[in-house]
Amino acid sequence: MTTTTRPAVHKRGTTDRIKKNLVSGKLAAVLLLLPPALIVFSLFVILPLVDAAYYSGFSWNGYGAPSDFVGMQNYARLLDHSVFHTALWNTAKLIIVSIVIQMPIALGLALLVYKKTPTNTLFRLVFFLPYILAEVAAGLIWSFVFDGDYGITASIFQSLGQESVYVLSDSQWAFPAIMTVIVWKYFGFHMMIYIAALQGVPKDLIEAAKLEGAKTRQIALFIQIPMIKHALVVSGFFAIIGSLQIFDIIIPMTNGGPSNSTHTIVTYLYTFGLSRLNIGFGSAAAVVLFVLAIGIAFFYQRATGKENKA
Amino acid sequence: MYAQNNKRLAMPAFEKQITKRLWAKSCLVAAVTLASGLGSFAAAADTTIKLLRVEISDAEKQYYDNIVTEYEANNPGVDVVFEYIANEAYKTRLPTLLQSDQRPDIFYSWGGEGLRDQVEAGFVRDITAEMQDGWQDIYPASAVSAFTLNDQIYGAPLYATVVGLWVNTALTEQAGVELESLNTWDGLKEAVTALRANDITPMVVGGKDGWPIHFYWGSLATRMAGGEGIDAAKQGESSGFEEDAFVRAGELLQSLVALDPFQSGFMATTYERASAMFGDGEAAMHLMGDWDYIPSKERSATGEGVPDENLEFVPFPSVEGGAGNDNSFGGMNGFAVTKDASDEAVDFLKFLLNEENQREAARLGIFVTVAHGSEEELQTPYAKKVASILSESSHHQVFLDQALGTSVGATINDISGDLALGVITPEDAAARVEEAWQFR
Repeated sequence: MTTTTRPAVHKRGTTDRIKKNLVSGKLAAVLLLLPPALIVFSLFVILPLVDAAYYSGFSWNGYGAPSDFVGMQNYARLLDHSVFHTALWNTAKLIIVSIVIQMPIALGLALLVYKKTPTNTLFRLVFFLPYILAEVAAGLIWSFVFDGDYGITASIFQSLGQESVYVLSDSQWAFPAIMTVIVWKYFGFHMMIYIAALQGVPKDLIEAAKLEGAKTRQIALFIQIPMIKHALVVSGFFAIIGSLQIFDIIIPMTNGGPSNSTHTIVTYLYTFGLSRLNIGFGSAAAVVLFVLAIGIAFFYQRATGKENKA
Repeated sequence: MYAQNNKRLAMPAFEKQITKRLWAKSCLVAAVTLASGLGSFAAAADTTIKLLRVEISDAEKQYYDNIVTEYEANNPGVDVVFEYIANEAYKTRLPTLLQSDQRPDIFYSWGGEGLRDQVEAGFVRDITAEMQDGWQDIYPASAVSAFTLNDQIYGAPLYATVVGLWVNTALTEQAGVELESLNTWDGLKEAVTALRANDITPMVVGGKDGWPIHFYWGSLATRMAGGEGIDAAKQGESSGFEEDAFVRAGELLQSLVALDPFQSGFMATTYERASAMFGDGEAAMHLMGDWDYIPSKERSATGEGVPDENLEFVPFPSVEGGAGNDNSFGGMNGFAVTKDASDEAVDFLKFLLNEENQREAARLGIFVTVAHGSEEELQTPYAKKVASILSESSHHQVFLDQALGTSVGATINDISGDLALGVITPEDAAARVEEAWQFR
């Protein structure tokens, strides 16, 4: 803070260190700055978590204090519920699509537009636009696009002389439609991560490769992609955690229907827990979601961490 | 999301005026509150009665404002405050509100299992004594029974709604369908076939919302089992909701679905859209509550909807061998009083729902009132029809998605959609309802 010169302290015992910290204000800073964050975190993250775990042991409709203890019955019923299986499978599909389709598209586009030119800036903006849009708005817009009477898909089918398809009311097509929207919505985000990373790849490496006669494809494959591996790991992590949380696109598009075929874990939790006032049951679903998220995050970090060391 | 709250009677011409009046009134209220707060010498102890209602049309708000003004004039020292919360938020916030210090004295209720949950948790005041002291005599027994649990009365009725077929007679005549033929289920099916043969969409339904399609299964279950059968199933007698009557309801629905009665993509259609489609004359029939009269007109492209000379409202068809052919199906909405509310609150509720005020509501056409004699004041032929269906009915079955509670209700909405899509069997449907009832 200030630049007053002091004689250097040679002996650095524990007491001295504390004293020094006190004087320099480090300890004060910790004591002052840590509690707000700690309190807010415990109050709004830890406490609700503990509460949810507690409620999940009860059959409770939200009135009064939970009193009807049912043990693991909520979990048993959850794991037995076919709609929950669909929700799990749908969430898994979202993760797979995000990694196998969305990330490669984002990477491909990033390689095309990462250089700073005016045209590229324009394209980047266009690709990034879906991400800026609010989820609910995007869901609504797409529900109009897929409308079987007035939507764009309807006019495409009609112009081809085909019977129009009601995509979102068909349990075969509703979820693929949702996956398409999710890829469209978030690829721009991943593309931006890659662009930032690609701009950090040393130019001399690429130039050297060019001198050696490497083609663009080879440069991308053997220099750029390996060099931005850390960005790929991060974006993969976001893709997985994001997929686990998908909610606000689905509600306006299908509301989980038809026949509960398009639920994710979160829309399932909301539909069968909150809106039906089965707070205990919903809490059980929330706990399962939490464990899944933590588990996946943990294993992902470990797996990618090891690779990085190797 | 639920049916009767979509009842909207917007009166755009009055809106500005009313907003102004409301503003003026709220200024007045603020001033009075401030004054009474400052005036610690006030002689009478001030009582505030807080009433919570689902968000409604301006016309209905104006109606309540007038009642409050009159009541406050006759009862100095009592201050009545109406608060409104949008429908979905009302449902999710009510449990929390009832448990807090912000608890209203009087709250809007749909009766049924939802009210039972609140009663069992001890949040609702028993008003049996007051009701039996002459109050309940102004309503038909079916209206009072919607708020009666274990022989105790926990609420009083405000208005009733009935589900029936809105029919566009211009289209049915085109297909040679007689209105009388819609009196029976088989006649309805023949009408559907005839309409399809004439390239007319027989029915619209807002399948995406769930509850509109539950009107089919719910009406059929009421026709087959009757109010007593439904009560017996709730008590767990014999096989509960897996009884033949409920399986039969599913079978009847599937026999209709086999004729392709609905618009294409009906599971992606919302209630609002279906209502607009009917208003635009895109289909011959719409199974919906009586409240859809004005909304359907407002949502149509022209704003006029189906002209009154071509518009009919007929009761749900009777089914062969049904125990509930003389029952009606719909809503019975009213108010309940919270546990610690003052006696003044009960007194106000009694005033709010008295015969004179019910007559006034009928005269204004705000809703179909329940008090004896108020039907005389109903203006439109449709409201009169609803009143006559109600008076002829031996039991008014409250919507199953409300009477059986939120969770079972949502399951019924689900299975109704699944039956309409043909993805489950009637037996599975009945079993899922029973399972949800067991687990509620």
